[in-house]
Amino acid sequence: MSPQLLESTLDPARAVLDDVLPAGEPWMKEVKRGQILRMVDLEGNQAVDTIFYNAVDPDERYSLTHTIQAQGALYLGVGSVLMSSEGRPMLTIVADTCGRHDTLGGACASESNTVRYALEKRFMHSCRDNYLLAIVHNEHHLNKRDVVANVNFFMNVPVTPEGGLTFEDGISAPGKYVEMRAEMDLIVLISNCPQLNNPCNAYNPTPVRCLVWDPV
Amino acid sequence: MDLTLDNLTPLARAGIPEHSARLSPDKLLWEELIPGGVHWSGLLRRGNTLRITDLHGGANVSMLLYNQEEKTERYNMPDTLKAQHTAFLTRGNVCYSDMGRVLCSIPEDSCGWHDTVCGALDAAGLARKYGAHRFQEHRNGMYRNAVDGLLVEIGKWGLGKRDMVANLNLFSKVVADAEGRLHFETSHRAPDQYIDLRFEMNVLVAFSTAPHPLDPAPAYNPKAIKLTAWRSGTAGADDVCRLSCPENRRGFLNTERYFL
Repeated sequence: MSPQLLESTLDPARAVLDDVLPAGEPWMKEVKRGQILRMVDLEGNQAVDTIFYNAVDPDERYSLTHTIQAQGALYLGVGSVLMSSEGRPMLTIVADTCGRHDTLGGACASESNTVRYALEKRFMHSCRDNYLLAIVHNEHHLNKRDVVANVNFFMNVPVTPEGGLTFEDGISAPGKYVEMRAEMDLIVLISNCPQLNNPCNAYNPTPVRCLVWDPV
Repeated sequence: MDLTLDNLTPLARAGIPEHSARLSPDKLLWEELIPGGVHWSGLLRRGNTLRITDLHGGANVSMLLYNQEEKTERYNMPDTLKAQHTAFLTRGNVCYSDMGRVLCSIPEDSCGWHDTVCGALDAAGLARKYGAHRFQEHRNGMYRNAVDGLLVEIGKWGLGKRDMVANLNLFSKVVADAEGRLHFETSHRAPDQYIDLRFEMNVLVAFSTAPHPLDPAPAYNPKAIKLTAWRSGTAGADDVCRLSCPENRRGFLNTERYFL
């Protein structure tokens, strides 16, 4: 069975928010219940590392394990429901032209780069630096305890039946997008991944675009 | 130049033993029997090993790990998996914190597969699967879920919901097919299987022995385990976990520097 692809009918001209996120930068905005959030992989193979929080009570946040339990499967695609740490739906994927998004790869960090690549990689920019910077400049009073495992939109981390796990070249391409409906008021925290050491960004981080539509 | 055992300073090198010790009567510190369905926490010191034995075959241990000295440093599932290119844990693997350090390593494992991705059974999952079985009617035979058990245990150390991250499920095997769909397996189970967790840092360990969230068994029947702690020392220069991949060589050096 190949992944299900489903295009959206929404018109970008009618979006209430339309931001281009430069490569390697954080983005933290609120999306209300019922609104539709689209992420566009403008140049292809760009990992969009994303954590969602309940805007009313950020102690409730995206949970990869609740999401995996609920769907009994590892990858995200059309129809996947992103679940919270309280076991409630946070978002539903309603359109997707990529086909597969990762739940296991987490976010790059200075410290994990020292382990994965070399001790001197500590000083390369990373997603977890982006997260910590975004939350310290934000009014929601989040801190490191709130930086939990994220979704990696457009990233391909296949797990084999033998349990092997690798970062593969992306299955995404320029202009591919994923679209999801917020099932509660959300804070969306993105790091547009700056990782240069593996194929998750095709060794060339590029901009992505985020659009939000009001409920129709 | 990358740092290796060969170019450490003499003082730093002196902190790394040639081998860690295997379990023997003169190294034994304590033993404890843990029933199924309960929760536990404790401090495991750097240089001690905890052998966890699945006494009857079929136990599940949903476990979280924190650096006792700075508890925002915690077991990090994605960092653990991607450093070692694996979706499960067994002999030769280590559990990484989010700070690039080895909380504990697995020098021995007779089970072969420990789940990292499925999370813990919560109250709603328990009720849906097994129904209500409250204290009032069943006293300590009540049904307990792993999430609440973990919250109780980490709560004793000042931690809470914000500190709950993806946990280990020792002795449970879940495989993914080509589409990523998960299948719970039981054929590997056998009495007296064990895993050794050798602590490379001072680690707050919390666990629940409630059932795995994807275990399809219709009856609530969590199994008992045994804990055996001994003074093993930390990973040696020739250690299977240290040498299993270049990532782990660097991870151990990060960890050893923390204790200099």
